[in-house]
Amino acid sequence: MGMTIAEKILAAKAGKDSVKPGELIMARIDVALANDVTAPLAIKAFEDVGAEDVFDRERIALVPDHFTPNKDIKAAQQAKMVREFAYKYWIKWYFEVGRVGIEHALLPEQGIVVPGDLVIGADSHTCTYGALGAFATGVGSTDLGCAMATGEVWLKVPYTLRFNIEGKKRPYVTGKDIILHIIGMIGVDGARYRAMEFGGSVIRELCMDERFTICNMAIEAGGKTGIIEPDDITKEYVKERAQREPVYYTSDEDASYEKVYDVDISNLEPVVALPHLPENVKPVREVNDIEIDQVVIGSCTNGRITDLRQAAEVLKGRKVHPRVRLIVIPATQKIWEQAMEEGLFKIFVEAGAAISCPTCGPCLGGHMGILAEGERAVATTNRNFVGRMGHPKSEVYLASPYVAAASAVAGRIAHPDEL
Amino acid sequence: MEIRGKAWKFGDHIDTDVIIPARYLNTSDPYELAAHCMEDADPEFVKKVSKGDIIVAGENFGCGSSREHAPIAIKYAGVSCVIAKSFARIFYRNAINTGLPIIEAPDAVDRIEEGDEIEVFLEEGKIINHTKKEEYSFEPLPEFMMKLLTSGGLIPFVRERLAKKGA
Repeated sequence: MGMTIAEKILAAKAGKDSVKPGELIMARIDVALANDVTAPLAIKAFEDVGAEDVFDRERIALVPDHFTPNKDIKAAQQAKMVREFAYKYWIKWYFEVGRVGIEHALLPEQGIVVPGDLVIGADSHTCTYGALGAFATGVGSTDLGCAMATGEVWLKVPYTLRFNIEGKKRPYVTGKDIILHIIGMIGVDGARYRAMEFGGSVIRELCMDERFTICNMAIEAGGKTGIIEPDDITKEYVKERAQREPVYYTSDEDASYEKVYDVDISNLEPVVALPHLPENVKPVREVNDIEIDQVVIGSCTNGRITDLRQAAEVLKGRKVHPRVRLIVIPATQKIWEQAMEEGLFKIFVEAGAAISCPTCGPCLGGHMGILAEGERAVATTNRNFVGRMGHPKSEVYLASPYVAAASAVAGRIAHPDEL
Repeated sequence: MEIRGKAWKFGDHIDTDVIIPARYLNTSDPYELAAHCMEDADPEFVKKVSKGDIIVAGENFGCGSSREHAPIAIKYAGVSCVIAKSFARIFYRNAINTGLPIIEAPDAVDRIEEGDEIEVFLEEGKIINHTKKEEYSFEPLPEFMMKLLTSGGLIPFVRERLAKKGA
């Protein structure tokens, strides 16, 4: 019996010839990641197990991206604790404000995660790296703290769901629309405990940035990871970046899937996910009378250069609606620099947008754009739970950068065609 | 460990932002976190809940973020156990790792009403509803996870592993 890419990576890391879904394994990890919110508890766990040193200072990434630049004194204390730990153990991948970016954009960009890796991160969107052909999954701080000491983690081998994405993309349909469509189709627990393997001709033609967006939101369907078999596009992306030798795994022809979904996107239009679950997915044209107060373009889901280019394409020569605040957050310093050099910032500023330094900021209601009671935002982020971006009576609508930009101009949820 | 208390009922897809909103994640102090437990679902929850009480919820409890602050907030609010139809996977791990008992028991969830007096026997896979005089059964945790839970979470387990390696 063949294996899926997810099973092959897990088998390799558990030192076995093969693994089966449901099996509990103890596996070696390639990278362990935490941020300024989850690292403090992980550090406590690390100390509580009585570890004398980290398992490998070159395989730990501590990325203070959530509440940085420090939003208040308590956040500053937490960031300080992470910094001191990083210096004490000579952690190689620690990033200070001015160099830091949003973790799930930063690690692939810097080649810290490479294809074939097993990555655990104390952040649920760790599944993003599956776009590289790695097995990456979110864990809690105790798991992470223990892994920093031992270099291993216990995992249950997940069943894999295969999604074949076929058809011809319509204008303004992006990776974001595809993953929202899938979440709408299977629900927020439709892939609970499962690996979601994305393939098909549409995926093969997507750039890495849009592949990251798709794998990033696997967790929003309850998935343990999202994963895409590496191809030439992956190899091209990895070539100049990889800090270690990548290993390219693919699924066997006779691999066993729990379920195979054939998804034809030929009729898919740009969509939004309505409050308060990412599964409440509707075509933009059905909800384009909803007025909004704020638009956020950024996050680990859609803060990459492709996303900013798409937003700029819509905003060029246009103005943000007088009643709307548009906040653009490039996900890393490199993306920031690139956007500046490409002239995207001029487009944003002339349209009347604010440009932030890299931070998770408003996505999780941290800072840099919190919503008041009754306010509505269109965001390229990943969750629209109650109170996610601020007041418990505020609302978040999830969309692509195209739709977010068009909505900022229209002052309501809008399809770019309507402008 | 004795698990007995009043049931507090919640619906499906109770997410981690509802369990502990991110605006309070600028601290890791368990009691500060507990003071805001379930705040965006029921602002009065922490005032009403008594030590030993049990959260009874629907599908996919704990979906969303990986924040371990969620099971910590629940545990330090005095809740002794969460019974749900199903759990999101990271929350499930985090609960076991931090020693918060969790039980998947869809039938029990359907029968239990808010305020019922509930007692849970983890190893026997048995729930007694003292108010309704009913008994429900559930699949006990796999041995490995039960061991983690009863030994107080992942930390004692790893401490032992490290000590063995060092020896």
